[in-house]
Amino acid sequence: MNAPIILNTQHFDQPWTLENYLKVGGYQALRKVLTEKMSPDAIIAEVKASGLRGRGGAGFPTGLKWSFMPRNYQGEKYLVCNSDEGEPGTCKDRDILRYNPHMLIEGMAIAAYCMAVKTGYNYVHGEVFECYERMEAACEEARKAGYLGKNILGFDFEFDLHNHMGYGAYVCGEETALLESIEGKKGQPRFKPPFPASFGLYGKPTTINNTETFASIPYIIREGGKKFADIGVPNSGGVKLFSVSGHVNKPGNFEVPMGTPFRKLLEMAGGVRNGHKLKAVIPGGSSMPVLPGEIMMEVNMDYDALQKAGSYLGSGAIIVMDETTCMVKALERLSYFYHEESCGQCTPCREGTGWLYRIVHRIEHGEGRPEDLDLLLDLCNNIAGRTICALGDAAAWPVQGMLKHYRNEFEYHIEHKRCLV
Amino acid sequence: MLSQQITTLIDKELKKYPADQRQSAVMAALRFVQDEKGWIASADMADVAAYLGMPQMAVYEVATFYHMYNLKPMGKHTLTVCTNLSCQLCGSGDTLDHLNKRLGIGLGEVTPDGKYGLREGECMGACVDAPLLTINNKKMCGRLTSEKIDQILAELDKQ
Ligand SMILES: Cc1cc2nc3c(=O)[nH]c(=O)nc-3n(C[C@H](O)[C@H](O)[C@H](O)COP(=O)(O)O)c2cc1C
Repeated sequence: MNAPIILNTQHFDQPWTLENYLKVGGYQALRKVLTEKMSPDAIIAEVKASGLRGRGGAGFPTGLKWSFMPRNYQGEKYLVCNSDEGEPGTCKDRDILRYNPHMLIEGMAIAAYCMAVKTGYNYVHGEVFECYERMEAACEEARKAGYLGKNILGFDFEFDLHNHMGYGAYVCGEETALLESIEGKKGQPRFKPPFPASFGLYGKPTTINNTETFASIPYIIREGGKKFADIGVPNSGGVKLFSVSGHVNKPGNFEVPMGTPFRKLLEMAGGVRNGHKLKAVIPGGSSMPVLPGEIMMEVNMDYDALQKAGSYLGSGAIIVMDETTCMVKALERLSYFYHEESCGQCTPCREGTGWLYRIVHRIEHGEGRPEDLDLLLDLCNNIAGRTICALGDAAAWPVQGMLKHYRNEFEYHIEHKRCLV
Repeated sequence: MLSQQITTLIDKELKKYPADQRQSAVMAALRFVQDEKGWIASADMADVAAYLGMPQMAVYEVATFYHMYNLKPMGKHTLTVCTNLSCQLCGSGDTLDHLNKRLGIGLGEVTPDGKYGLREGECMGACVDAPLLTINNKKMCGRLTSEKIDQILAELDKQ
């Protein structure tokens, strides 16, 4: 295994201190940008060359996103980090926040320089208060040492970063709901266009990226985009943090090159628990369609390979299920989640997620009807693609994936009023 | 009336946002109220609204939208148990059963002595440590077993 790029302070007793971050080359990329007076175009070119795609789930090319920010805009612009990690299965950003907060700060400072932004916000998931405190302390440390604030490292460059704590709303991970939330409102996604690059936080041009996306920037600037790209595979550049949870012996986060075989990751996570057999895997966070174990054992973890296999890389959260898992029960919990978290703004999602949950619930409780499975699929088709944000799709995909691969288990449940497993 | 301690904390939070965007501090303000009082009453929401110069309705909308606010007393120690998929696979059902048995209360309930409250949470973003719970939205405890839960309760009993 190569030395880690993102979780590169793990070998220290206190991986999160500025002192330790500096020991592993921390803030050198920011210094390079400022000393060499790198132009925004040169920075964006490096990020484009790195092949970095947004790590929040949608996989949008980061360099391209940065190029959307208006150059000659007079007035405030904002940079926002999405640390509202709440997609079931996903807990990689948490490790960046608590173990390598300065890498996030450095990545954001470089992005801020590139896009001429003076103020940034980092929106932290409410349930991880310890990460919020860690980030607050790290920002203070960075301010004192001249990595945040006015005249950063003695140059004519100003950027400050503030942490904003969420308080329990999955939908706030959606970027425009997140902006509403920072503005002190309910987290209801905005209709797009206009996109945040023209109308973002407080109505000003804004760029939003995921925590891991920003954390990948210092390496790309220090070592060059090509070097990062070459670690991965074509169309999926660089390294990625994968959270492996569920039925494995050693659940954890693993930093590996894009394109690493799932088989290898499963091995790193200690294999399926207690010698059980692999049944199914959700490969990219709970919203992505489930895949049977046999397919997963042949799949590499990159954008194209997973799409070809019938799912998506998403946030890189791998939920492993062994042969004891009842797929109806698993789906029931997920459908409850999307119903519970729908913000209620769009009718297809507000009403549809409730229908999905109630139907899966009645199947799980032995009250399913033969026509329910077609009804579920019909509902999915009337939710996905018909809502302001992608929470609707996120609710539909797990249902469609489960029925594609495990329809027989649902039928068995309806007919026999109990589990097949 | 918001206590001096709360307004001091809110004032610190307000420094993060543009001067004309006081509403941005509403989530933090409600959190500070809950930290001090254990829950947020309508009167507290009105106080927050007055302090930040926003309509009471807008504060109410925020307080009711985000799950982690307690809109009724939830005990001195609110235990929130994640039951989402990774936690379910790793035994959050057992976690809840054990807590039900030990505390004699179900989800959304408070022990008669007001010491403990039990809530169900959604994904807490720490799935590799499943099953897990948080205490008063501050401290997270993961890889729970019955023994570990007993230890946690024994610690909290002392407070
Ligand atoms: C319902 C929903 C939840 C989301 N949750 C998150 C999240 O927790 N973290 C995240 O970075 N992106 C999340 N996203 C994606 C964001 O909207 C956005 O695409 C991302 O933050 C952009 O950053 P990136 O390009 O660096 O990935 C979510 C999207 C939706 C529709």
